[in-house]
Amino acid sequence: MIESHELSKDFGTFRAVDQVSLTIASGTVLALLGPNGAGKTTTVRMLTSILAPSSGWARIAGYDVVKQPAQVRAHVGVLTEQHGLYERMKAIEYLDFFGRVYRLDATERRRRSLDLLDRFGLSFALDKRLGEYSKGMKQKLALVRALLHNPPVLLLDEPTSAMDPHSAKLVRDAIVELQRDERTFLITTHNLTEAQQLADHIAIIRSGAIVASGTFHDLARQFVGDPLMELRTHGAFNGLATDISDLVTVEAAGEDWLRYRVADPYNTNPALLRRVAGLGIDVVTLSAVSQTLEDIYLQVVKEDEGLHNLE
Amino acid sequence: MAATTPLMLEQTAQGSEPTGFRYTLGNALIITRREVRDSFRDWRIIAPIVILTFLFPGLAQFVAGRFAEFVAGYGADIIGERTIPFLLMIVGFFPISISLVIALETFVGEKERRSLEPLLSTPLTNTELYIGKTLAAMIPPLLSSYGGMGVYLTSLVLGDLEWRPPAMLVVQIILLTTVQALVMVTGAVVVSSQTTSTRAANLLASFIIIPMTMLIQGESVIMFLAPDAEDPNGIGALWAIIIGMAVVVFLLLRVGNSIFNREELLGRTIDQLNLKGTARKIWRFVLAVDDDGTPARNIVDWYRRGIRLSLGRLRSAVIVTIVVCIVALVAGYIIGQMPEWRLPLPEASNLTDTAQTLGRYTSIPLYTGGFRFFLWQNSRVLLAAALISMFTFGVGALVITPVVYLILGYLFSQIVLAGYNPSFLFAAVLTHGVVEIPIIILATAVALRLGAVITRPPEGITVGHAWLTAFGDTVKLAVGVILPGLVLAALIEAYITPRVVLAVLGG
Repeated sequence: MIESHELSKDFGTFRAVDQVSLTIASGTVLALLGPNGAGKTTTVRMLTSILAPSSGWARIAGYDVVKQPAQVRAHVGVLTEQHGLYERMKAIEYLDFFGRVYRLDATERRRRSLDLLDRFGLSFALDKRLGEYSKGMKQKLALVRALLHNPPVLLLDEPTSAMDPHSAKLVRDAIVELQRDERTFLITTHNLTEAQQLADHIAIIRSGAIVASGTFHDLARQFVGDPLMELRTHGAFNGLATDISDLVTVEAAGEDWLRYRVADPYNTNPALLRRVAGLGIDVVTLSAVSQTLEDIYLQVVKEDEGLHNLE
Repeated sequence: MAATTPLMLEQTAQGSEPTGFRYTLGNALIITRREVRDSFRDWRIIAPIVILTFLFPGLAQFVAGRFAEFVAGYGADIIGERTIPFLLMIVGFFPISISLVIALETFVGEKERRSLEPLLSTPLTNTELYIGKTLAAMIPPLLSSYGGMGVYLTSLVLGDLEWRPPAMLVVQIILLTTVQALVMVTGAVVVSSQTTSTRAANLLASFIIIPMTMLIQGESVIMFLAPDAEDPNGIGALWAIIIGMAVVVFLLLRVGNSIFNREELLGRTIDQLNLKGTARKIWRFVLAVDDDGTPARNIVDWYRRGIRLSLGRLRSAVIVTIVVCIVALVAGYIIGQMPEWRLPLPEASNLTDTAQTLGRYTSIPLYTGGFRFFLWQNSRVLLAAALISMFTFGVGALVITPVVYLILGYLFSQIVLAGYNPSFLFAAVLTHGVVEIPIIILATAVALRLGAVITRPPEGITVGHAWLTAFGDTVKLAVGVILPGLVLAALIEAYITPRVVLAVLGG
């Protein structure tokens, strides 16, 4: 589990992270989203006990990041923004080195290394020096390094960047599988589709501060509004928007379609369908217009910019 | 995916708990092994090591032989004889110069390649990382150095020259080589922690290479000219250098240990020199009346709170300075008691004779007049102490100023031993000393802090920030207290002390 309370970091007079409070329960994934320089990496570095917070506190798997840095780092697997491999080494040597650092015994080191290399499709490259690996392979090996000591908490910075679609799916599947084993994940990413797929919770950070957080549905409701529905009819209709205005607010309409927002689709939609049928209009489809994390993210950023401009 | 029961995790968590030297060394050696193996895979490191271990000693032996023959032709055998051990030192030194390259490469190179962060994310402690990397930077060059010296010595012993080196000389050169390698590696750690690119580190490495080259020149001179060079126990002056270098290593290790931390290594991202920004920061520290940098409202506030703040930060430096000055005073007195250091003072029937006699023996102007002279004399000594202190981690400050107290202690002992009345000495020193001595103690403490602060910055503060704070305090105290104090002391010394001395002498 990851907990932080008003975690802040100052570099001289510059505040890189401003009172970040997070709670990520075991078995859940939090996606930390934000533009470059928003404070994501600094937050991850504080959670890994690499940088000391200027104020606030954080606990990883129950260990305090300031008072128990070694324990924190022993319980965390970190995938850094840059893979940072030793390019003259081979994969097994590389993992053996990190296995020793994490005090795994020789048998365990080898077994875990081979299992993970196989799991991420790197077994074929055991004899290659890491300098010969492609970008995606390097990224996968860095992820293997993060998983090597079987940590309960994983902090992954852009886990699938530079990967081809197949490799990216492999990694996403692995995250889902590990999540079932009660691992806690904090993922920073610019890939909003991936974040939407993987994350139970989303936090958006800007200028060091969390400007929005919650589940996807919470954020969608908060920043984009109630779910948007689209009704398509057989043939044109006249005055339908007025006829249903007591039930829903129509946002847009065409010759044979209209879109409306609804706070309680379970009760409102059946009532609306009954009303439309009563008017003798045949319904072809009634479906939810999908809202993406990108819509939410852009809206959050827009609102935050507006606030900044007002200030 | 493999089983996820966190069994290993428990082992890991427990594994991070143990401490102790063996555990630390064990972890450090994991780093060392990897780094050494990595170094030996790099032909850019291997090639010079092989050349300097096997080819260069042969060349040196050939040069030694030809040179010995050449100078013997002119009857200057001694030059040839002394060239042989000198070349042994050079054969040992050349390979260790590579340690600088490796140290810069393993620290700043790793930072540049972004492979440092994964390492910093592991449970290894800063000390383990520091020791591991330092050893890794030292082992290949030292092995090469010892190997090169071995090849050179073997070729000399078995070759035409049949030179039999004094055992102590070999020990000295091995020790010299080792401490030089340590100085370079520990210095490189300091350099690399303050830069983000190998290029910048290489440029800054000249701060290590230039002093080392000068030192080697000094050692060469000693080996050629030292009067005890023929001593079968070796060259005495080299021991002094070895001990001095060991002290430097100790101080550099302290600096390295204090700056080799995750925050410093990853926090520093700028190599450019921002003189304007630095000057602004220092000015802020000069005006500050509290730790938050609040500027003084007016000059009274600056003296009341700002000066007090800076004086408070000097507490331990002042204590150390007072202790060292007292030790110097007592040491001067004790040295003066030793028969071989006693001055052959003639009988002095009165105080005037005493003053003239001592003035003749010590060449110390008991009264030379001139306010400007006294002010300049004190100011330049204190300025020199501050400057030298900055480059010697504070040691310079604790050597230059206390020498005055050593001399005073010595003079006092001579006066007492000769049965003279010491009251004129008290009059000559203490009249203005009431002001001057506290000011000199304060100035020395300021210089000491300026040099020593980088060896152990206050917890949670970066080395750069700590040094700039110390520099700001230095400027503040120099302008607010030391300079006015020196002016006052010089005025007293120029216009009041002579009258007091004359009064004591009965004039």
